[in-house]
Amino acid sequence: MSTLTTAPGAAAPGQRPQLRTRRLPTLAALGIAVAAVVLSAALVYGTGIGGTALVVALAVVLYLAGLYLASNVVEGRRQARNRTWSALIHSAFVLALLPLVSVTWTLVSKGAERLDGNFFQTSMNNIGARDPNGGAYHAIVGTLEQVGVATLITVPLGVLCAIYIVEYGRGRFAFTIRFFVDVMTGIPSIVAGLFVLAFWILIISPIFNNGRPGYSGFAASLALSVLMLPTIVRSTEEMLRLVPAPLREGSYALGIPKWKTILRIVLPTALPGIVTGVMLAVARAAGETAPVLLVAGGGAAINFNPFENNQSSLALYVYQQAGDASRYAPARAWAAALTLVALVLILTIAAKLLARRNRFGR
Amino acid sequence: MAKRIEAMNVTAYYGSFKAIEDINLTVEPKTVTALIGPSGCGKSTFLRSINRMHEVLPGARVNGRLTIDDEDIYDRDVDVTAVRRMIGMVFQRPNPFPTMSIFDNVVAGLRLNGVRRKSVLEEAAERALKSANLWDEVKDRLGKPGAGLSGGQQQRLCIARTIAVEPQVVLMDEPCSALDPISTLAIEDLMFKLKDRYTIIIVTHNMQQAARVSDRTAFFSIERTGDPGRLIEYDDTQKIFSNPSVKKTEDYITGRFG
Repeated sequence: MSTLTTAPGAAAPGQRPQLRTRRLPTLAALGIAVAAVVLSAALVYGTGIGGTALVVALAVVLYLAGLYLASNVVEGRRQARNRTWSALIHSAFVLALLPLVSVTWTLVSKGAERLDGNFFQTSMNNIGARDPNGGAYHAIVGTLEQVGVATLITVPLGVLCAIYIVEYGRGRFAFTIRFFVDVMTGIPSIVAGLFVLAFWILIISPIFNNGRPGYSGFAASLALSVLMLPTIVRSTEEMLRLVPAPLREGSYALGIPKWKTILRIVLPTALPGIVTGVMLAVARAAGETAPVLLVAGGGAAINFNPFENNQSSLALYVYQQAGDASRYAPARAWAAALTLVALVLILTIAAKLLARRNRFGR
Repeated sequence: MAKRIEAMNVTAYYGSFKAIEDINLTVEPKTVTALIGPSGCGKSTFLRSINRMHEVLPGARVNGRLTIDDEDIYDRDVDVTAVRRMIGMVFQRPNPFPTMSIFDNVVAGLRLNGVRRKSVLEEAAERALKSANLWDEVKDRLGKPGAGLSGGQQQRLCIARTIAVEPQVVLMDEPCSALDPISTLAIEDLMFKLKDRYTIIIVTHNMQQAARVSDRTAFFSIERTGDPGRLIEYDDTQKIFSNPSVKKTEDYITGRFG
């Protein structure tokens, strides 16, 4: 026998292997979809047991079943399975996207109402329950300062810690640090807030404050740092481990010292991934409410100084406005929520662009 | 310029595993020496111990004496980075720095060792790229990423990077095994050219290559898996490939074993 008799897709022994199979016409899938929707609508509304959601769900099931049957008859088992699984995976994707689209749509449609110049230029100072004005200027300032300071604290600390674990740490000590970083990842934000309340506000801050404990934006930064640190350490660690060993060896072989290799070869190579990790941490910190409420106290007035007196933040502002009795408050809460999401989005895009632009500079 | 390398009773370990044992050999300046032998016989380990790259791996260490012009490179007060600047290394797979342009790759060794002057760097880059037979191909796109070159060009870029720091010895660990025949030829030509100025030691699995490029050849082998690699025979390349004095060498070269 000179021909390959066991080629994939081969028919029964003795028959020539077939490369071509009959295909379902392109319009057939569309036809099945329409039929599935019609049938599903007829069933649901005919029996009167449900509404639109049930029609869609039933239509999807009917479509998958119909597609499988039709394809099985015309194209054979392999194609039928292929089509059904492809359709299932696409449906899963759409299903996963639905909440995201819904959240974005809700945010934009409800947040746009109060998204005016006034919102970004005023605080809630002296805004009564019957006053439709008032804004989130103080909260934006608070969020930017608290997250900014927390980032300044955690990025150097976290990246250095990850460098220690990956490049220098050996044995039990490095293992212990990794273990505690893992444990820290699971700390609830309220616990971080309580820790800073007990440690910083009650014990340390009286030293700077004539013996009285005081809220401050900086205390919120500390609490956010506790939450950001493990995220940054873990993501940086993963990214550093992804840098191939031959790169390090190539650098050592040029007589470049280890610290310089890490600083100039390893870190730049891992930079885009590290930036992504930092932005994840920033996004998480920007959305925290509890620690800010506990240790910065919130407040209606603009306070630029993160080291003294109460500060608010966007997340806290959303929480407070959403629970406020004034009928103008919900619109402010939505606008602030939209602002927060937009802020994180802008920061993320900016950081990614920066990380990319730094490559190949002469 | 080029220096003599002498190994005396060199034994290298990975943790408790002894990879090579009692290697004794002398490499004369301005020659090409090929290390050949079956996989796992320790030729790469020996090569990496010559510029102290062996100890980069956790648990790896070297015993014995390795001298470069009578200076022991494993002496306590020897600076590892100085050794590596003097003894450059080219790896099996081209490993240009992915975040750097072609120019930055070539001058990386100089710049990261403190050379700042742009004119000096540009001159060094041009000289190194010309020595590596790469200048004509890349002179118009020095600012482009080094990772965008073809495999053979990347390997020549790595060679340029290595000779830009002006080492005295160049070690090559199977530099052509990931390359096509034309790129291999380009790099072999390059070795002939570099021989005038550098001492070259090359590890290769390709016996024709060893016969073509080297003046002297060292044959390494192991008894069984798990045993340390030993130097079986070390002689002029011509002698090794025409009339080896050890039976085992002959068996390996004629393809009867390994």
